[in-house]
Amino acid sequence: MARVVVNVALKPEILDPQGRAVQGALGRLGLSGVINVRQGKQFIIDLDGELEGDRAELLEKLAGELLSNPVIEDFALTVEN
Amino acid sequence: MSARIGVVTFPGSLDDADAARAIRISGGTAVALWHGDADLHSVDAVVLPGGFSYGDYLRCGAIAKFAPVMSLVIEKAQVGLPVLGICNGFQILCESHLLPGALTRNDHQYFICRDQKLRIESTDTAWTKDFALGQEIVIPLKNGEGGYVASEAVLDELFAENRVIATYQGGNPNGSYRNIAGISNKAGNVVGLMPHPEHAVEALTGPTTDGIPFFTSVLKSLVGAP
Amino acid sequence: MIDSVNTAQESPDTEQPWADLGLRQDEYESIKEILGRRPTSSELAMYSVMWSEHCSYKSSKVHLRQFGDKAPKTDALLVGIGENAGVVDIGDGWAVTFKVESHNHPSYVEPYQGAATGIGGIVRDIISMGARPLAVMDPLRVGAADAQDTKRVLPGVVAGIGGYGNCLGLPNIGGELVFDESYAGNPLVNALCVGSMKHEDIHLASAKGVGNLVVLYGARTGGDGIGGVSVLASETFDADGPAKRPSVQVGDPFMEKLLIEATLEVLHAGLVEGIQDLGGAGISCATSELASNGEGGMQVYLDRVLLRDASLSPEEILMSESQERMCAVVTPGKIDAFLQLCNKWEVEAVVIGEVTDTGRLVIDWHGDTIVDVPPRSVAHDGPVYDRPFHRPSWQDALQADAPTAERLARPSTPDALKQTLVDLISSPNLASKSWVTSQYDRYVLGNTILAQPEDAGMIRVDEESGLGVAISTDCNSRFAKLDPYAGAQLALVESYRNISVAGAKPLAVTNCLNFGSPEDPEVMWQFAQATTGLADACLELGIPVTGGNVSFYNQTGSTAIHPTPVVGVLGVIDDVDRRTRIAWKNDGEPIYILGDTTDEFGGSEWAHLQGHLGGFPPKVDLPGERLLSEIMVTASLEGMITAAHDVSDGGVGVAVTEMALRANIGARFWIPDNIDPFVFLFSESTARAIAVIPRTEEHRFTEMCAARGISATQFGVVDSGLGVNSGHPGEQVIVFDSQFTLTIDQLREANEATLPALFGG
Repeated sequence: MARVVVNVALKPEILDPQGRAVQGALGRLGLSGVINVRQGKQFIIDLDGELEGDRAELLEKLAGELLSNPVIEDFALTVEN
Repeated sequence: MSARIGVVTFPGSLDDADAARAIRISGGTAVALWHGDADLHSVDAVVLPGGFSYGDYLRCGAIAKFAPVMSLVIEKAQVGLPVLGICNGFQILCESHLLPGALTRNDHQYFICRDQKLRIESTDTAWTKDFALGQEIVIPLKNGEGGYVASEAVLDELFAENRVIATYQGGNPNGSYRNIAGISNKAGNVVGLMPHPEHAVEALTGPTTDGIPFFTSVLKSLVGAP
Repeated sequence: MIDSVNTAQESPDTEQPWADLGLRQDEYESIKEILGRRPTSSELAMYSVMWSEHCSYKSSKVHLRQFGDKAPKTDALLVGIGENAGVVDIGDGWAVTFKVESHNHPSYVEPYQGAATGIGGIVRDIISMGARPLAVMDPLRVGAADAQDTKRVLPGVVAGIGGYGNCLGLPNIGGELVFDESYAGNPLVNALCVGSMKHEDIHLASAKGVGNLVVLYGARTGGDGIGGVSVLASETFDADGPAKRPSVQVGDPFMEKLLIEATLEVLHAGLVEGIQDLGGAGISCATSELASNGEGGMQVYLDRVLLRDASLSPEEILMSESQERMCAVVTPGKIDAFLQLCNKWEVEAVVIGEVTDTGRLVIDWHGDTIVDVPPRSVAHDGPVYDRPFHRPSWQDALQADAPTAERLARPSTPDALKQTLVDLISSPNLASKSWVTSQYDRYVLGNTILAQPEDAGMIRVDEESGLGVAISTDCNSRFAKLDPYAGAQLALVESYRNISVAGAKPLAVTNCLNFGSPEDPEVMWQFAQATTGLADACLELGIPVTGGNVSFYNQTGSTAIHPTPVVGVLGVIDDVDRRTRIAWKNDGEPIYILGDTTDEFGGSEWAHLQGHLGGFPPKVDLPGERLLSEIMVTASLEGMITAAHDVSDGGVGVAVTEMALRANIGARFWIPDNIDPFVFLFSESTARAIAVIPRTEEHRFTEMCAARGISATQFGVVDSGLGVNSGHPGEQVIVFDSQFTLTIDQLREANEATLPALFGG
């Protein structure tokens, strides 16, 4: 079984009001020195067998087309076995 | 025989019946299109209505863009079929790359429903030719993810090519860059609009009837009226 | 090891956790008597949820009976109390169904989801009657506006109602927002839904036809809210927080939207014999109610239920309150078509059993029978308590402490009166609610004729004929604290008056009765008084209660909330085009006050601002309300009226301010003869409305009022040109002759700044 984790976050130049709201809350709750907070999404995908070849390529493509919107988001894909 | 305008229903579409009513009131024939049918039933134009297609899960419009009907809409739009995407429909058009940019969470983080003043910035599109350039109208705005964003280069290009079709007046209700409320593609047949013209077609239920010209515009485009 | 019926028969002395599940010893004994043995753990779970206060109404039934006993005769009632919601005939073959429900305790625990799932639940009640839902409303009551916990609860509740309702595509056409310390720790989140159908589409929750299949469809079943109903509804929150915290129910409005569409399609295709939604007590409730209402027997295979969480035990599956689930009874011949329609909408469906004639509800789990009960005993013949009640020891003293001029200093100078008006319209209870309503979609479906801040919500039901309905919900719980009998009547008449002013004829009533603990005899007295008052008034006004909801245990420690009997009245209008709105329009049009104003400040907004609660609430005048209603509806029908507004919280001063703000046009007023200015401006006497009349109709209108015996006194005139002579050139102003002047901008600022300043945005 292969576990793939895809982390998606807004590109740095896109306004992230949720991240900003969280940043404010952290400060109010006593955490000093918070420089920045960005809020993203994580997809945890469990696949049978190994992840390789065409399937790996397709997943990478889908991560950039379905799981994230490349106009406003970046993604990072890691495979945990 | 009046022009046939299709209205797509995705799972979670909400303003499809309202779009159909707007088409009828404006003199067209509304045709219901099902997301799962890869068939446009020979309609002359298509409306992608407002709502929460697929619950807005993943991202607004992200799953709808893969619906069977959309492959046809995209194909036909690229050769001139007039397409109007309202609110969620606008989101779907951006996700489908028929329009540039993307829609994000309102900057103030609230869902907002209000009667919104707009200025019509371009009358060169299939959906706005029945307005006067610079005309100010009031139609309802209702969304939680209405902030239009795009790179500076794209924004400059949109303005330079007269493809910003409407801007917010009297304050920016959602953080859209450069107060953009609606845009078109280069050819002017595909238009995305965040506010809801279909809710401003009857004096009894809307703040005005300023939404009607969006629909009469396309009817005029279709009969080749100047 | 599964606790099957066989096991239960063989092990009669097994200790069972009936107390932890919220049952009393005598209730447990009673279950053993009904079954002739000890219950299995699954049966115990079923009885514990179905016999909880929230599901069984055990403490309220004896009093609610009055709504049926004293129901006025009316042809309009098609389905009365007892079903999921009442159904009323509105003419032309159309019927509407409406109901208000509570989701109070969950909203304290998790405001967003508690409120969201409240909307989900009431909408499912409406579709299970065979109706297409048309609109929602939300009566909300929270603690003091500046309290820390209110800032936690209110934004979450509003976001939840908006988040769920907007995604369902239902316009929110009104509601209430009341701030009162009484609700700190016990917010009240009531949700109303109205739907329409043609007469022939009315469906009931019964399982008829031996051999018919029982289908569970919608979301999968998970661990949501397990024990929620039995635990929360029977426990009060003490000072340290809730004693038990069940898993919170999380709503999925998208799934509910699909459920609505699938359900309406299967209903219209004639594929359904009976239908029930799954609310409190989930599968336990749906199966026992369907069986009890039908042939009396059902066989269920619980292992067929589609699960989100495979680790759930059968007891948990039976008690789960997972949202967005419905249960339908379908003939074998139609099941394929039914499943196909569900598939079209991507809604999962599974046959979990069939209707039998055994008179027993039998539930199997992988071959073992784990439940075998008479369904009536679970669903309808639960315990009924006649709880003791007595008038509170403090009631006399409270009523004696009237806000007379001696007791509470009254403003008398023009400046003081002006300040009082500004203080009132900027107070949280009277301030503009658009901070709330702008988070709700009011336009979807394109049939919203009136919404907040108009007097009532109004929806067009038939686009061709213009037939429509109007609804309002109201309750002044301070009035109810002073006198629960009158307070319930005052809630009714305010709602009745609101829809009449909008031009609709009142037809039917729903209610949501929010009270403290029924184990407290003083609370129980309040409940008994309120239900009696409501039943008596409904009889006199000729409009029946069609259904409603009771929420008990709204208290923290031993302090109960103010008794809060929320009443909703529904009315019909033949053509929505003639609806009456509150904004005046035309210069020179006379402004009249209908009805009589006397010195009545007990429980008033003004007294509340002074920190005072005492005396008697304003007198109820049922004949006067009926007369006013008839006048307002006739005036609308006859085209005799430009605008109108009912007079209630904050009296005439606040009412004309609300009209002016909506109109954005000024007006000149004078205090009528022989009445003290403070009393005229701020008293909360009932059976009054303000009407703006076209000049051409004035004579006819006043003649009609005189003939009918209602006082109609002109006290103002619309005037957009007052700015110049009052020192505010170019602005719209309100002038009270010999008293004070305020610009509409000043009033607007005072009125609109309050909620955003408190809650952000």
